[in-house]
Amino acid sequence: MAEMTVLEAVREALREEMERDSTVFMLGEDIGARGGVFLATEGLLEQFGPERVIDTPLAEAAIGGIALGAAVNGMRPVAEIEFGDFIWPAVNQIIGEAARVRYGTQGRRTAPLVLRVPYGGGVRGGLFHSQSIEVAFSHQPGLKVVAPATPYDAKGLLKSAIRDDDPVIFFEHKRTYRLVKGDVPDGDYTIPIGKADVKRTGSDLTVVSYGLVLHYCLEAATTLAEEGIDVEVIDLRTLRPLDTDTVLESVRKTSKAMVVHEDTKAGGIGGEIAAVIAEEVFEDLDAPVKRVAGPEVPAMPFSPLLEAEFMPSAEKIATAMRELAAY
Amino acid sequence: MRILHSGSQIGLVRPYNCGHMLSEQSSSTKPGHTENGAGPPPLTDADLLEMYRTMVLSRTLDQRIWQMNRQGRAAIVASAQGHEAAQIGAVRALDPERDRFYIYYRELTTMLALGITPLELLLGFLAKEGEPLSGARQFPLHGAIDRDRRDIVSFSNVVATQLPQAVGVALADKMRGEKRVTMAYFGDGASSMGETHEAMNFASIHRLPVIFFCENNKYAISVPISQQMNIESIATRASAYGMPGIEVNGFDPVAVYEAVGAAADRARSGQGPTLVEAVVERFLPHTSDDDDTRYRPPEDLEGIRDLDPIPATEKILRASGALYDALDEEIKSSAQKIVNQATEDAENAPFPEPHDFYEQVYAPGSPGDLS
Repeated sequence: MAEMTVLEAVREALREEMERDSTVFMLGEDIGARGGVFLATEGLLEQFGPERVIDTPLAEAAIGGIALGAAVNGMRPVAEIEFGDFIWPAVNQIIGEAARVRYGTQGRRTAPLVLRVPYGGGVRGGLFHSQSIEVAFSHQPGLKVVAPATPYDAKGLLKSAIRDDDPVIFFEHKRTYRLVKGDVPDGDYTIPIGKADVKRTGSDLTVVSYGLVLHYCLEAATTLAEEGIDVEVIDLRTLRPLDTDTVLESVRKTSKAMVVHEDTKAGGIGGEIAAVIAEEVFEDLDAPVKRVAGPEVPAMPFSPLLEAEFMPSAEKIATAMRELAAY
Repeated sequence: MRILHSGSQIGLVRPYNCGHMLSEQSSSTKPGHTENGAGPPPLTDADLLEMYRTMVLSRTLDQRIWQMNRQGRAAIVASAQGHEAAQIGAVRALDPERDRFYIYYRELTTMLALGITPLELLLGFLAKEGEPLSGARQFPLHGAIDRDRRDIVSFSNVVATQLPQAVGVALADKMRGEKRVTMAYFGDGASSMGETHEAMNFASIHRLPVIFFCENNKYAISVPISQQMNIESIATRASAYGMPGIEVNGFDPVAVYEAVGAAADRARSGQGPTLVEAVVERFLPHTSDDDDTRYRPPEDLEGIRDLDPIPATEKILRASGALYDALDEEIKSSAQKIVNQATEDAENAPFPEPHDFYEQVYAPGSPGDLS
């Protein structure tokens, strides 16, 4: 057991999977000598050589398409998109193609690829280095979408993603890379895709979240505990397929539900969670489902006060929790 | 062995320089066979006769499918008429057992040449049970053939997406040290896509065993080549990627065979990719849903059908004595008979029931599996 950051956990998962399976290789921009712009792949070029750690031209469509072709032909590519904001040229290959390979061939071909995507804000990234883009992918049947919040989950889920026989989009929140530390067991373990995790048990209300703001939810829950309000916090960890069982079980217990995400509200994951709760456990509810999410502006501004205006914070979340508890 | 049929025997559409290696302009990259005289083995009369037989079958089948579309029995068809010689010449230069074929939607002759039967193809055009690429989930000719039979893949209708995929396939083969060639088919329309550039650039950087095979029929649906590019030849683009480009008369199956054969030699010997542009003609509208009278002047096709590669090949075979009346009659009536039987069998086949509708969204038993 060692304490490490999310970034270190990602790197360790990559290293161990490359050591374990010779069909695993990586491609992306600046992942070689540079070690990735966030250093997620630091040291891997030295260990595995340029044939398995491939620096690509600045060409996201090629990164997506080449990863797909290699996956179809027996390899397990792990492609890095440098920033989620740059992913759109690859969407043709990922949403358009990879998601439909298995279905469109009746399983005659499969696409066991992983696309690692640093995403999210709070890093002074401005409009084009802060985007939350996960819902564009979680809408698509055929893809699996993972978004861990802790080092333990990041390592175990990345290993599961690499071993999965379907295309997995693996979202890594940039702000968590160095901010979030946690204990990670030594050696090999996996965490199943499609399973949410109750990060804090409570009886008064259910808060469903993922990514960076999951930590803000936990912080707010600690504050509310001092006020006598007992909050259960669920980390979705996987955005497709959603673990609705864990969410519904919790809401049946607490009768109040809230969803928190950094992504903008309209059409976000929160709407889907709220709809499932309304469909399945409406009669257990004591209050309308509440959503705390990014505001309806196209992206996160650069300047600090403007950025703060965009980001959900522990304070904003605590306020919403109090309102829901008081309903 | 004597070269019985050189590229010059069939009349050219225009004075294209068959097998002309544009890369000769570049000192950095030259295809092997121009340097050492190697290339694919010369075709015999028997080879060309077999190719002729497949072209006749393809044309007969294509005409039948078009007819069935007009009768309301086949929902959509993108005809290969005019592309037959290019397709048969290309497959002939490759190894169907070993090589990989990332086709696009106009590859009827390619499919027949690779051993997919007229019945299987008709099951696709009629969206019937037993269709071998996607179980009729997809448009005709899309999906994938069982890998242990042939590596034929076409995941989508979206042009150029297959090119980076083919490059990834070739990358995997190179990483494993497998001496296979990946053949990436596309049209002049797809040559304008950004993915075409990204694919060619990456393939050349890593010297991957891939052939970019462009069937240039000079129209992207309705947009003529003059509005698609301000250059004379798509193959000239190859030099910008540091790979050879070969422009070849796509009405001449032997010339295409030689060009693709040279590219395959180059790929197998680790020298990297080649761009082969086969200049062809689209005898029919883009698809059965298109009306080319709205944009294609009648004079555009004038005289072109006189150069139809199938009668042209027939003429060459007759001249050499390899083909004669009785044999030609047998080839044509046999094609008609095969297509008639396949039509009957395909029409009698049921439509697939939605019993496996939810299968193969995800791996069986994995999270999200709905089956």
